[in-house]
Amino acid sequence: MVYIFQQLLNALQLGSIYALIALGYTMVYGILTMINFAHGDLFMIGAFFCFLIAVYLKLSFVPTLLLSILGVACLGVLIERLAYKPLRNAPRVSAIITALGVGLFLENFTLALSPYPQHIPELITNTTWNFGSLSISSLQIIVIVLSLLLMFVLDFIVQRTKTGMAMRAISWDKSIVPLMGIPVNKIISLTFAIGTGLGGAAGVMYGLAYPVIDPYMGIMVGWKAFISAVVGGIGNVRGAMIGGFILGTVEIMVAAFFPSTYRDFVAFSLLLVLLIVRPYGILGKPHPQKV
Amino acid sequence: MSKLSATYSTLLNRWQTLTAYRYFLPVFIVAGLLFSIAATRLEILDQYVQLILIYVGINIILTVSLNLINGYMGEFSVGHAGFMAIGAYIASILTVNVFPQASVDFLFPAAVLAGGIGAALIGFLVAIPSFKTRGDYLAIVTLAFGMIVKSGLENIDAVGGPRGFMGMDKLTTLPWVFFWTVLSVWVIRNLVYSKFGRGILSIREDEIAASLMSINTRQVKIIAFVVSSFFAGIAGGLFAHALQFINPRMFDILKSTDILIMVYLGGIASIAGSIIGAVIYTILLEVLRPLGIWRMVLMPLMLVLLMIYRPRGIMGLREAKMFVPLRDLLLVKILRQKKKEADNASA
Amino acid sequence: MPLLEAKNITHRFEGLCAVADFNFSLAPNELVGIIGPNGAGKTTLFNLITGVYRATEGTIQFAGEELVGQTPHSINRLGIARTFQNIRLFKELTVLDNVRIAYYGKIIYNPAEALLHIGRFRAEEKRIANMAMDLLAIFKLDDMADIAAGSLPYGLQRKLEIARALATGPKLLLLDEPAAGMNQSEIETLMKFIHWIKKTFQLTIILIEHQMRLVMGICERLVVLDFGATIAEGLPSEIQNNPKVMEAYLGEEVVS
Repeated sequence: MVYIFQQLLNALQLGSIYALIALGYTMVYGILTMINFAHGDLFMIGAFFCFLIAVYLKLSFVPTLLLSILGVACLGVLIERLAYKPLRNAPRVSAIITALGVGLFLENFTLALSPYPQHIPELITNTTWNFGSLSISSLQIIVIVLSLLLMFVLDFIVQRTKTGMAMRAISWDKSIVPLMGIPVNKIISLTFAIGTGLGGAAGVMYGLAYPVIDPYMGIMVGWKAFISAVVGGIGNVRGAMIGGFILGTVEIMVAAFFPSTYRDFVAFSLLLVLLIVRPYGILGKPHPQKV
Repeated sequence: MSKLSATYSTLLNRWQTLTAYRYFLPVFIVAGLLFSIAATRLEILDQYVQLILIYVGINIILTVSLNLINGYMGEFSVGHAGFMAIGAYIASILTVNVFPQASVDFLFPAAVLAGGIGAALIGFLVAIPSFKTRGDYLAIVTLAFGMIVKSGLENIDAVGGPRGFMGMDKLTTLPWVFFWTVLSVWVIRNLVYSKFGRGILSIREDEIAASLMSINTRQVKIIAFVVSSFFAGIAGGLFAHALQFINPRMFDILKSTDILIMVYLGGIASIAGSIIGAVIYTILLEVLRPLGIWRMVLMPLMLVLLMIYRPRGIMGLREAKMFVPLRDLLLVKILRQKKKEADNASA
Repeated sequence: MPLLEAKNITHRFEGLCAVADFNFSLAPNELVGIIGPNGAGKTTLFNLITGVYRATEGTIQFAGEELVGQTPHSINRLGIARTFQNIRLFKELTVLDNVRIAYYGKIIYNPAEALLHIGRFRAEEKRIANMAMDLLAIFKLDDMADIAAGSLPYGLQRKLEIARALATGPKLLLLDEPAAGMNQSEIETLMKFIHWIKKTFQLTIILIEHQMRLVMGICERLVVLDFGATIAEGLPSEIQNNPKVMEAYLGEEVVS
């Protein structure tokens, strides 16, 4: 019983990270109908920024986190302006391939500069509290609480601010929105900044939880987060959060009760079944096709 | 700069005149086959160059088969490497464990074929539920499928699990690759220029309209997927017997991404494009090897630039005349001629 | 024996009722018009008949067969074809290919023969190519056979869409706003054209249209829809003066 609770805690931690990354995917998809496959690699860049700032600027946790988020957000906006904007009217697939290319570029550029895995120094004194056989670490609490806080802030922005309303409007009909005086490019850049920033934050937290980082760490995590976003219903902010937690839970629970090598196999099979049963994701709705 | 483009134009013209000659392709195929046999027997080409050409051939098969789904049909399948893996493992298990060692050379094509059939069967099973979902969701299903295959293989100790499977003889020779490549390209081209191929194109254009114009879209999608995965399996079998060692990690999402890049680089919905894409990508990757890790920085950058300036790839939606069946090429002319004759006869 | 019979057709989209208890009977060789204000459910009706949507309730019988629950391509092969409000041609394919594709259901060879170009492949392809060109010639589109459909002028695109629908060999043709965007002289030509294809191809036709001149000019019978239900049915002359119809189009205040 305690074992299950322990695993649930781990699931919450992993799920939070997946959810943050999934949010980035879903926000960009929602506004541009584009799958930014470089997103997982921006998550990795977040972890690396954290490393660089912690080691070379020797800052403490909060400034490191904020600077990393800012750095990734700026990079995200830059990528959007340089690589994605020219393809806004091209076939969607070309944009996706461009995203793959950007992702490969980021991975290998980082690898070229850092051929060996790096180690992030401890930025948070990790105290563990033991309640019988249940152990909770302060790091887990921080990751979970921080993630939930960021998600709450994001949900607030999207649902209750003018900017958020503009974002939602653009996701419904991009062409008429500029006619209403909304600066579409600015909103798109802002969406990218927030989405990638969240991914960067996830990178920092992942780096703190699993301190050895390498340039290819974003690939698997990125694709898994993408699946989470789709399971939740791509384009749906709340769906992305739910999807992330579902995937985290499935992964941890499978690893808890099956041999660890089965983890990916069972997790993906379950997700596949889920998608077959609910083809548009949990909170997703089919795009109404006008015939 | 203009002198360069002038030379390029003249060369292109000469190439087009040459290939317009209807016998170019058959002559090329016979010559190629003879040359590849000579190259291996008489060692005209060194082993390294032969291996590169073998990889080029395998990549052509992979690219042309994926183009069927992603290019012609306009879907987005991201799990092609999974089918390749199935073909690779089936073919390898047959030659190493099942076939009597004395006749392994002789039975190699059967092993490769079995790999293709196995992959096609799995492709059929995947296609049936997948096409209930649309567009981006198909991407997820194929993505998950690819990951399931990879992690599934890692858990099967009988085929070596994560450590992989080895012991294959180097049965993949240049003549064999040439043969299978030509066969694959020919069969897929045949499919494209048939009613099923037209059905595939119509699905990309407007699926609902297609279904209302008598096209059984479900049947067409399944056929396309089965054929596509069959050839991925063939490529897998050839791959395994060139490398003589396979492990699940070779067939992960990065491999699928490689194939995707070749498809979109060469151009969607174009056989010539797929060949060009596969050739350029494979050779470029080899040529840039001295750059070390920086070649993998340069390649994606070039890909991004290509997508920005030519979003449909080098030969997107266009086809080299030599791949179009003669009938289709001259169809309109033939029919107009017949009409003229009929008009004259009745006049 | 009616060619098409719809009984108690109701269709709901997540709480919105697009068609409400619709009943309709169509005799062979009729030319019926369906009119009504925008959003009345006319195109939804076409979608229900052709199988794009599955009716929430009710039955549609065509030549004795139940249509509700069938796939669009099976319904098409039973003998129902249609055109669309916004032209849905295969824009990047040639004019000839647009028509050739529509013969999919009539070409008889299996995938194996297609993959190897053997067996019945050559003969069937030749047969279909000839049929397609003959059809294009009838519609005077054969000179443009190798041009991409998307680059045809608007009027010819509409013609091609009708040709493509006719390639499937239907008994019943559904035309969705064929006169959209046409001026008066073009409408005159269209009226003659519709009469002509009806005679040449022995069709029964249902027409959705807003252009009253066309509707009054060629329809033998009219059905008026509003909010998914039939509010009037009868001869064009009767409908013209029906107060309920005027109310539906112009609003209560204007009529009274």
